[in-house]
Amino acid sequence: MSDIILTIDGKEVSAGEGSTILEAARSVGIKIPTLCNHEKLEPYGGCRICTVEAEGRGGTQLVAACLYPVEKNLVVRTRSVKVDRIRKMILELLLAHAPDSMEMQDLMKEYGADRNRFEKEASFCIHCGLCVRYCAEVKKANAVGFIDRGTRREISFIPEIASSECWNCKECFPLCPTSALQAAYVLTEALNSLTHPFRHGPEE
Amino acid sequence: MDNDRINQIIEKHQCEASSLIQVMLEIQSIYHWLPKEALELVSDKLKVPLTRIQHIATFYKAFSLVPKGRHGIHICMGTACHVRGAGRILDSVQDLTGIKPGETDLDMKFSLETVNCLGCCALGPVMEINGKTHGKMAPAKTADVLKNYD
Repeated sequence: MSDIILTIDGKEVSAGEGSTILEAARSVGIKIPTLCNHEKLEPYGGCRICTVEAEGRGGTQLVAACLYPVEKNLVVRTRSVKVDRIRKMILELLLAHAPDSMEMQDLMKEYGADRNRFEKEASFCIHCGLCVRYCAEVKKANAVGFIDRGTRREISFIPEIASSECWNCKECFPLCPTSALQAAYVLTEALNSLTHPFRHGPEE
Repeated sequence: MDNDRINQIIEKHQCEASSLIQVMLEIQSIYHWLPKEALELVSDKLKVPLTRIQHIATFYKAFSLVPKGRHGIHICMGTACHVRGAGRILDSVQDLTGIKPGETDLDMKFSLETVNCLGCCALGPVMEINGKTHGKMAPAKTADVLKNYD
Protein backbone atom coordinates (compact mmCIF):
# COMPACT_ATOMS: atom_id res chain seq x y z
CA MET A 1 0.00 0.00 0.00
CA SER A 2 1.38 3.35 -1.02
CA ASP A 3 1.36 6.08 1.56
CA ILE A 4 -0.53 9.30 1.03
CA ILE A 5 0.85 12.55 2.38
CA LEU A 6 -1.68 15.02 3.72
CA THR A 7 -1.65 17.90 6.15
CA ILE A 8 -3.61 17.82 9.38
CA ASP A 9 -3.55 20.97 11.52
CA GLY A 10 -0.36 22.07 9.79
CA LYS A 11 1.40 18.76 10.42
CA GLU A 12 2.49 16.54 7.54
CA VAL A 13 1.00 13.10 8.01
CA SER A 14 1.49 9.99 5.93
CA ALA A 15 -1.32 7.48 5.91
CA GLY A 16 -2.09 4.25 4.08
CA GLU A 17 -4.39 4.37 1.11
CA GLY A 18 -8.00 3.80 2.09
CA SER A 19 -7.55 4.90 5.68
CA THR A 20 -9.70 7.68 7.05
CA ILE A 21 -8.83 11.17 8.25
CA LEU A 22 -9.64 10.04 11.78
CA GLU A 23 -7.14 7.17 11.64
CA ALA A 24 -4.47 9.41 10.14
CA ALA A 25 -5.01 12.07 12.81
CA ARG A 26 -4.91 9.55 15.65
CA SER A 27 -1.66 8.05 14.32
CA VAL A 28 0.12 11.35 15.03
CA GLY A 29 -1.73 12.06 18.26
CA ILE A 30 -4.20 14.65 16.99
CA LYS A 31 -7.47 14.17 18.86
CA ILE A 32 -10.77 14.29 17.03
CA PRO A 33 -13.81 13.70 19.24
CA THR A 34 -16.08 10.79 18.33
CA LEU A 35 -19.25 9.28 19.78
CA CYS A 36 -20.33 6.64 17.27
CA ASN A 37 -16.88 5.34 16.37
CA HIS A 38 -15.58 2.00 17.63
CA GLU A 39 -12.40 0.24 16.54
CA LYS A 40 -14.12 -3.12 16.06
CA LEU A 41 -16.97 -1.70 13.97
CA GLU A 42 -17.35 -0.32 10.48
CA PRO A 43 -17.36 3.49 10.38
CA TYR A 44 -20.91 4.76 10.65
CA GLY A 45 -20.85 8.57 10.46
CA GLY A 46 -23.92 8.83 12.63
CA CYS A 47 -23.03 11.41 15.27
CA ARG A 48 -21.10 13.90 13.07
CA ILE A 49 -19.16 15.12 16.12
CA CYS A 50 -15.95 14.26 14.22
CA THR A 51 -16.75 16.89 11.56
CA VAL A 52 -13.57 18.54 10.23
CA GLU A 53 -12.76 21.01 7.49
CA ALA A 54 -11.07 19.35 4.52
CA GLU A 55 -9.48 21.50 1.84
CA GLY A 56 -8.62 19.90 -1.46
CA ARG A 57 -9.86 19.55 -5.02
CA GLY A 58 -10.34 23.30 -5.17
CA GLY A 59 -12.66 23.81 -2.25
CA THR A 60 -13.23 23.45 1.47
CA GLN A 61 -15.76 20.90 2.63
CA LEU A 62 -17.08 19.87 6.01
CA VAL A 63 -16.68 16.12 6.23
CA ALA A 64 -17.02 13.38 8.83
CA ALA A 65 -13.45 12.40 9.68
CA CYS A 66 -14.43 8.83 10.56
CA LEU A 67 -15.66 8.18 7.00
CA TYR A 68 -13.63 10.45 4.72
CA PRO A 69 -10.72 8.62 3.07
CA VAL A 70 -7.35 10.39 3.01
CA GLU A 71 -6.38 12.08 -0.23
CA LYS A 72 -3.10 13.39 -1.60
CA ASN A 73 -2.43 17.03 -0.64
CA LEU A 74 -5.59 17.23 1.46
CA VAL A 75 -5.40 19.98 4.06
CA VAL A 76 -7.43 19.13 7.15
CA ARG A 77 -8.30 21.46 10.00
CA THR A 78 -9.64 19.65 13.04
CA ARG A 79 -10.24 22.82 15.05
CA SER A 80 -11.47 26.06 13.55
CA VAL A 81 -14.14 28.56 14.45
CA LYS A 82 -16.53 26.89 12.01
CA VAL A 83 -15.80 23.34 13.16
CA ASP A 84 -16.10 24.30 16.81
CA ARG A 85 -19.41 26.01 16.18
CA ILE A 86 -20.79 22.94 14.41
CA ARG A 87 -19.60 20.59 17.14
CA LYS A 88 -21.13 22.84 19.78
CA MET A 89 -24.46 22.77 17.95
CA ILE A 90 -24.40 18.99 17.50
CA LEU A 91 -23.61 18.57 21.20
CA GLU A 92 -26.43 20.86 22.24
CA LEU A 93 -28.88 18.93 20.08
CA LEU A 94 -27.69 15.60 21.48
CA LEU A 95 -27.74 16.95 25.04
CA ALA A 96 -31.42 17.78 24.64
CA HIS A 97 -31.92 14.00 24.46
CA ALA A 98 -29.38 12.92 27.05
CA PRO A 99 -28.44 15.88 29.28
CA ASP A 100 -26.50 13.83 31.82
CA SER A 101 -24.56 11.58 29.49
CA MET A 102 -21.14 11.05 31.06
CA GLU A 103 -19.36 10.79 27.72
CA MET A 104 -20.63 14.16 26.62
CA GLN A 105 -19.79 16.10 29.80
CA ASP A 106 -16.12 16.69 28.88
CA LEU A 107 -17.00 17.59 25.31
CA MET A 108 -19.65 19.95 26.64
CA LYS A 109 -17.03 21.84 28.66
CA GLU A 110 -14.50 21.86 25.87
CA TYR A 111 -16.84 23.31 23.28
CA GLY A 112 -18.80 25.53 25.64
CA ALA A 113 -22.06 23.81 24.81
CA ASP A 114 -25.13 24.78 26.80
CA ARG A 115 -27.21 21.73 27.59
CA ASN A 116 -30.25 23.88 28.28
CA ARG A 117 -30.21 25.58 24.90
CA PHE A 118 -32.89 23.34 23.41
CA GLU A 119 -36.00 22.11 25.09
CA LYS A 120 -35.33 18.78 26.80
CA GLU A 121 -36.69 15.76 25.05
CA ALA A 122 -35.22 13.03 27.17
CA SER A 123 -35.27 9.94 24.99
CA PHE A 124 -31.70 9.23 26.17
CA CYS A 125 -30.81 7.47 22.94
CA ILE A 126 -28.58 9.56 20.66
CA HIS A 127 -28.76 7.02 17.80
CA CYS A 128 -25.04 6.34 17.72
CA GLY A 129 -25.90 2.79 16.70
CA LEU A 130 -23.05 1.29 18.74
CA CYS A 131 -25.25 -1.37 20.38
CA VAL A 132 -27.06 -2.22 17.15
CA ARG A 133 -23.87 -2.49 15.12
CA TYR A 134 -21.91 -4.32 17.81
CA CYS A 135 -24.67 -6.90 18.16
CA ALA A 136 -24.84 -7.37 14.37
CA GLU A 137 -21.19 -7.09 13.36
CA VAL A 138 -19.25 -8.54 16.29
CA LYS A 139 -21.67 -10.84 18.10
CA LYS A 140 -23.82 -11.69 15.05
CA ALA A 141 -26.75 -12.05 17.44
CA ASN A 142 -28.95 -9.24 16.08
CA ALA A 143 -30.85 -8.99 19.34
CA VAL A 144 -31.23 -5.22 19.18
CA GLY A 145 -32.14 -3.03 16.24
CA PHE A 146 -33.56 0.31 15.24
CA ILE A 147 -37.28 0.79 14.70
CA ASP A 148 -39.25 3.60 13.07
CA ARG A 149 -37.62 6.60 11.45
CA GLY A 150 -36.83 10.27 11.78
CA THR A 151 -37.66 11.82 15.14
CA ARG A 152 -39.44 8.66 16.27
CA ARG A 153 -36.47 6.34 15.71
CA GLU A 154 -35.46 4.27 18.72
CA ILE A 155 -33.69 1.06 19.65
CA SER A 156 -35.66 -2.07 20.35
CA PHE A 157 -34.74 -5.57 21.49
CA ILE A 158 -36.32 -8.65 19.93
CA PRO A 159 -37.59 -10.44 23.06
CA GLU A 160 -37.19 -13.97 21.65
CA ILE A 161 -33.54 -13.39 20.80
CA ALA A 162 -32.69 -11.20 23.79
CA SER A 163 -34.13 -13.68 26.29
CA SER A 164 -31.62 -16.33 25.24
CA GLU A 165 -28.62 -14.33 23.99
CA CYS A 166 -28.23 -11.27 26.16
CA TRP A 167 -27.68 -12.50 29.71
CA ASN A 168 -24.27 -14.00 29.00
CA CYS A 169 -23.15 -11.21 26.70
CA LYS A 170 -24.21 -7.68 27.64
CA GLU A 171 -21.08 -6.48 25.84
CA CYS A 172 -23.06 -3.62 24.36
CA PHE A 173 -23.84 -2.18 27.81
CA PRO A 174 -20.53 -0.34 28.34
CA LEU A 175 -20.61 0.95 24.76
CA CYS A 176 -23.75 3.03 25.25
CA PRO A 177 -22.85 6.67 25.83
CA THR A 178 -26.12 7.42 27.60
CA SER A 179 -27.37 4.21 29.30
CA ALA A 180 -30.50 4.28 27.11
CA LEU A 181 -29.61 0.77 26.00
CA GLN A 182 -29.67 -0.66 29.51
CA ALA A 183 -33.07 0.95 30.02
CA ALA A 184 -34.38 -0.59 26.80
CA TYR A 185 -33.06 -3.99 27.88
CA VAL A 186 -34.67 -3.88 31.31
CA LEU A 187 -37.92 -2.67 29.75
CA THR A 188 -37.95 -5.56 27.27
CA GLU A 189 -37.22 -7.97 30.09
CA ALA A 190 -40.03 -6.59 32.24
CA LEU A 191 -42.58 -6.55 29.42
CA ASN A 192 -41.86 -10.15 28.43
CA SER A 193 -41.29 -11.76 31.82
CA LEU A 194 -44.14 -14.20 31.27
CA THR A 195 -44.01 -14.88 27.52
CA HIS A 196 -40.23 -14.98 27.12
CA PRO A 197 -38.57 -15.27 30.52
CA PHE A 198 -35.04 -13.92 30.30
CA ARG A 199 -32.31 -16.26 31.30
CA HIS A 200 -30.68 -15.20 34.55
CA GLY A 201 -27.51 -17.02 35.36
CA PRO A 202 -24.65 -18.93 33.82
CA GLU A 203 -24.93 -21.10 30.75
CA GLU A 204 -26.19 -24.56 31.53
CA MET B 1 -51.89 -17.87 9.38
CA ASP B 2 -51.13 -20.10 6.43
CA ASN B 3 -47.47 -21.18 6.45
CA ASP B 4 -47.71 -22.81 3.02
CA ARG B 5 -48.87 -19.60 1.45
CA ILE B 6 -45.97 -17.66 2.96
CA ASN B 7 -43.55 -20.37 1.86
CA GLN B 8 -44.93 -20.08 -1.66
CA ILE B 9 -44.25 -16.35 -1.70
CA ILE B 10 -40.74 -16.88 -0.39
CA GLU B 11 -40.03 -19.59 -2.97
CA LYS B 12 -41.35 -17.39 -5.74
CA HIS B 13 -38.50 -15.05 -4.89
CA GLN B 14 -35.97 -17.92 -4.64
CA CYS B 15 -35.22 -17.13 -0.98
CA GLU B 16 -33.29 -14.06 -2.13
CA ALA B 17 -32.50 -11.67 0.72
CA SER B 18 -32.64 -8.81 -1.78
CA SER B 19 -36.33 -9.57 -2.43
CA LEU B 20 -37.17 -8.96 1.23
CA ILE B 21 -39.35 -5.90 0.64
CA GLN B 22 -41.22 -7.61 -2.24
CA VAL B 23 -41.94 -10.61 -0.01
CA MET B 24 -43.11 -8.33 2.80
CA LEU B 25 -45.35 -6.37 0.41
CA GLU B 26 -47.00 -9.57 -0.81
CA ILE B 27 -47.65 -10.77 2.72
CA GLN B 28 -49.01 -7.34 3.58
CA SER B 29 -51.39 -7.38 0.60
CA ILE B 30 -52.78 -10.81 1.56
CA TYR B 31 -53.27 -10.28 5.29
CA HIS B 32 -53.38 -6.44 5.39
CA TRP B 33 -50.68 -6.66 8.05
CA LEU B 34 -47.47 -8.53 8.83
CA PRO B 35 -48.07 -11.24 11.43
CA LYS B 36 -45.05 -11.94 13.62
CA GLU B 37 -45.02 -15.65 12.72
CA ALA B 38 -44.82 -14.72 9.04
CA LEU B 39 -41.88 -12.41 9.65
CA GLU B 40 -40.08 -15.07 11.67
CA LEU B 41 -40.52 -17.47 8.76
CA VAL B 42 -39.26 -14.87 6.30
CA SER B 43 -36.28 -14.12 8.54
CA ASP B 44 -35.45 -17.81 8.72
CA LYS B 45 -35.78 -18.51 5.00
CA LEU B 46 -34.21 -15.36 3.62
CA LYS B 47 -31.45 -15.36 6.24
CA VAL B 48 -32.18 -11.76 7.17
CA PRO B 49 -32.04 -10.87 10.87
CA LEU B 50 -35.38 -10.09 12.49
CA THR B 51 -34.04 -6.73 13.67
CA ARG B 52 -33.57 -5.69 10.06
CA ILE B 53 -37.06 -6.84 9.07
CA GLN B 54 -38.49 -4.99 12.05
CA HIS B 55 -36.58 -1.86 11.04
CA ILE B 56 -37.97 -2.02 7.49
CA ALA B 57 -41.50 -2.86 8.64
CA THR B 58 -41.56 0.20 10.90
CA PHE B 59 -39.79 2.44 8.37
CA TYR B 60 -42.31 2.23 5.52
CA LYS B 61 -45.89 3.30 6.03
CA ALA B 62 -47.03 0.60 3.59
CA PHE B 63 -46.36 -2.02 6.26
CA SER B 64 -48.33 -2.60 9.41
CA LEU B 65 -47.37 -4.68 12.43
CA VAL B 66 -50.91 -4.61 13.80
CA PRO B 67 -53.99 -6.11 12.12
CA LYS B 68 -55.90 -3.74 9.85
CA GLY B 69 -59.63 -3.62 9.17
CA ARG B 70 -61.29 -4.99 6.02
CA HIS B 71 -61.64 -1.52 4.58
CA GLY B 72 -58.90 1.09 4.63
CA ILE B 73 -60.08 4.69 4.71
CA HIS B 74 -57.55 7.30 3.63
CA ILE B 75 -58.50 10.92 4.10
CA CYS B 76 -56.42 13.45 2.24
CA MET B 77 -55.02 16.24 4.39
CA GLY B 78 -53.03 17.86 1.58
CA THR B 79 -53.11 21.61 1.08
CA ALA B 80 -55.91 21.66 -1.51
CA CYS B 81 -58.12 19.28 0.47
CA HIS B 82 -57.25 21.05 3.71
CA VAL B 83 -58.50 24.43 2.49
CA ARG B 84 -61.64 22.78 1.17
CA GLY B 85 -62.47 21.38 4.58
CA ALA B 86 -60.70 18.02 4.92
CA GLY B 87 -60.59 18.58 8.67
CA ARG B 88 -64.37 18.49 8.89
CA ILE B 89 -64.51 15.35 6.70
CA LEU B 90 -62.08 13.72 9.11
CA ASP B 91 -64.14 14.80 12.11
CA SER B 92 -67.31 13.33 10.67
CA VAL B 93 -65.62 10.03 9.71
CA GLN B 94 -64.13 9.84 13.20
CA ASP B 95 -67.58 10.32 14.69
CA LEU B 96 -69.16 7.70 12.42
CA THR B 97 -66.50 5.03 12.87
CA GLY B 98 -65.43 5.88 16.41
CA ILE B 99 -61.75 5.62 15.53
CA LYS B 100 -58.90 8.10 15.16
CA PRO B 101 -56.27 8.12 12.39
CA GLY B 102 -53.98 5.10 12.75
CA GLU B 103 -56.61 3.04 14.55
CA THR B 104 -58.81 0.08 13.63
CA ASP B 105 -62.26 -0.55 15.07
CA LEU B 106 -63.04 -3.59 17.20
CA ASP B 107 -65.11 -5.27 14.45
CA MET B 108 -62.07 -5.04 12.15
CA LYS B 109 -64.29 -3.20 9.70
CA PHE B 110 -62.46 0.09 9.12
CA SER B 111 -58.93 1.35 9.51
CA LEU B 112 -58.52 5.11 9.33
CA GLU B 113 -55.41 6.91 8.04
CA THR B 114 -54.67 10.43 6.99
CA VAL B 115 -52.49 10.97 3.92
CA ASN B 116 -50.79 14.05 2.61
CA CYS B 117 -51.87 14.04 -1.03
CA LEU B 118 -53.69 11.57 -3.23
CA GLY B 119 -52.77 13.42 -6.40
CA CYS B 120 -56.25 14.52 -7.46
CA CYS B 121 -56.48 17.94 -5.83
CA ALA B 122 -59.20 19.11 -8.23
CA LEU B 123 -61.54 16.58 -6.57
CA GLY B 124 -60.82 17.85 -3.05
CA PRO B 125 -61.69 17.15 -0.38
CA VAL B 126 -60.87 13.54 -1.20
CA MET B 127 -61.54 10.37 0.75
CA GLU B 128 -60.24 7.04 -0.55
CA ILE B 129 -61.67 3.70 0.55
CA ASN B 130 -59.96 0.48 -0.58
CA GLY B 131 -58.32 2.38 -3.40
CA LYS B 132 -61.59 3.86 -4.68
CA THR B 133 -61.59 7.64 -4.72
CA HIS B 134 -64.55 9.57 -3.39
CA GLY B 135 -64.11 13.17 -4.49
CA LYS B 136 -65.86 16.42 -3.57
CA MET B 137 -66.74 15.06 -0.15
CA ALA B 138 -68.85 16.87 2.39
CA PRO B 139 -69.29 15.99 6.06
CA ALA B 140 -72.94 15.16 5.38
CA LYS B 141 -72.05 12.78 2.52
CA THR B 142 -69.57 10.61 4.47
CA ALA B 143 -72.27 8.50 6.12
CA ASP B 144 -73.75 7.61 2.71
CA VAL B 145 -70.34 6.51 1.43
CA LEU B 146 -69.41 4.50 4.54
CA LYS B 147 -72.68 2.57 4.65
CA ASN B 148 -71.75 0.86 1.34
CA TYR B 149 -69.00 -1.04 3.17
CA ASP B 150 -69.44 -3.80 5.68
